[in-house]
Amino acid sequence: MSKHRHVPEFTSYYGRPVLKEPTWEPADIAGYLFTGGLAGASSILAAGAQFTGRPALARSLKLGALGAITASAAALIHDLGKPSRFYNMLRVAKPSSPMSMGSWLLAGYGPLVGATAASDVTGVLPAAGRAAGVGAGVLGAAVASYTSVLIADTAVPAWHEARHHLPFVFVGSAATAAAGLGLLTAPTSEAGPVRRAAVGGAAVELAASSAMEHGTGLAGETFHDGTAGRLLRAAKACTAAGAAGAAVLGGRSRFAATLSGLALLAGSALTRFGIFAAGQASTRDPKYTVVPQRERLAEKGGVGEAGLPARRSTG
Amino acid sequence: MSAQYIGMPRMGFFTDTSVCIGCKACEVACKEWNAIPTDGALDLTGESFDNTSELGANSWRHVAFIEKSVPSQDTSAPDGVRWLMSSDVCKHCTHAACLDVCPTGALFRTEFDTVVVQQDVCNGCGYCVSACPYGVIDQRKDDGRVFKCTMCYDRIGVGQEPACAKACPTKSIQFGELDDLRERAQERVDALHEQGLADARLYGDSPDDGVGGTGAFFLLMDEPETYGLPPDPVVCSRDLPQMWRQAAIAAGTLLAGLAATFLGRKGQSGE
Repeated sequence: MSKHRHVPEFTSYYGRPVLKEPTWEPADIAGYLFTGGLAGASSILAAGAQFTGRPALARSLKLGALGAITASAAALIHDLGKPSRFYNMLRVAKPSSPMSMGSWLLAGYGPLVGATAASDVTGVLPAAGRAAGVGAGVLGAAVASYTSVLIADTAVPAWHEARHHLPFVFVGSAATAAAGLGLLTAPTSEAGPVRRAAVGGAAVELAASSAMEHGTGLAGETFHDGTAGRLLRAAKACTAAGAAGAAVLGGRSRFAATLSGLALLAGSALTRFGIFAAGQASTRDPKYTVVPQRERLAEKGGVGEAGLPARRSTG
Repeated sequence: MSAQYIGMPRMGFFTDTSVCIGCKACEVACKEWNAIPTDGALDLTGESFDNTSELGANSWRHVAFIEKSVPSQDTSAPDGVRWLMSSDVCKHCTHAACLDVCPTGALFRTEFDTVVVQQDVCNGCGYCVSACPYGVIDQRKDDGRVFKCTMCYDRIGVGQEPACAKACPTKSIQFGELDDLRERAQERVDALHEQGLADARLYGDSPDDGVGGTGAFFLLMDEPETYGLPPDPVVCSRDLPQMWRQAAIAAGTLLAGLAATFLGRKGQSGE
């Protein structure tokens, strides 16, 4: 199934990894990548629904976004080594730290999601509620995409090497998840946009995933092998089936819409857990660190005849 | 850099592995001075005299032992063995990924241009662990926070040298002003080359490398990866502007794409 490149001989220290494996728990952080995407894209669709006379769709997406972002926050805090110090996330605002930027983003986005959902359900301050919905939609796009930078800005080979494609995989996956939620919860009469979002999101996710898996050099192996490979193959099957089901039958059958929605949500979650597992695997084997760096040195012409780096000047 | 900015010299470690005898006095002195807890029961790796295995939250110095088989010139004689020993430590990078990604400001750059964790600020998010291209910093599981070498911030602040350098019996670990250490290291590597030891090379001394040079650099007797070091580390945040750009394009695509799903009259496509 997977296409393995020839791996040149390389040395390591008793086969030990060079890098530390991420300390993050998959359930928390891959879970956050999923729920963050679900919330962000749901807010965008909810903003569209509230202005186009689709009240049931708007309400279910707003409530879904609120539930998802609440679960996100809980997962992020749960994953901290010192959860009681979560508030230190807002101690500074550091552009060099995607996690710091993300914390501020969530601090702005969360209340808007809560406000627009509360206004929708209670009917209080409808204009302000709709305005909050627009704000949540705009920030939602950032919430859905910034998580790609969060994991790409690491030394983890599979994630860092995937940095060009990862944002598109993530926004595609976010769109399919939100479309899945819409299909699952809204009446078919209002679900036209989410059926189109299912198809468009799946197309973007599948195309970007394919480009990512083939454009990451040696570390690309980790997207095909082991647990990550199984998760990502299942993800593609669910996403493709969900999008096809939504497009062909989603408008006619409530039952088909429900099944398609579930498949899309599952596909998005599997994508996030698969990419997370690939990153973990790429830190466990030193070859993903050593071999590409050796090749880079060789390309730079820094390797002498004996395979030794040229002596560097002390500047 | 802060040290130059305030007119203080950058301090560093030069670890000359050609004279390391693998005594582990550095590991012990570090643990004692910094009151670092044990990792638990004594585990023997069974692969060498190295039972520490790697740097981590509870090991801020780590002595690597490598037995390299050296083929004999004389076919009738058995192959020889060459021992490589090296005391590894946090590199205190010029462009430190751990410091860049830390969301709380717990990691900071000191007046000596070293990189230190403020333990009363760290909330254990673990971002620095995944960012470090050397696999140095790690989380103490029972505590939740991350720990690493401070270059004995408390000692150097009062004019003392770090505990590991103080304890090293062969001057394999040298502490001092980084500029002086770089000169000394170049002289040493030149002398070894004159002695015919062509494998000797400096690691981390160049400000032109992917992390802008390291405050703790090494004279190695073999390829870096033999010691478990990455051959060409790059600070991940070097690509951050490009990554934000891609993410912004993706966010715009998502916004425009989902907005477009609402185009057209309601009632189309089965509504």
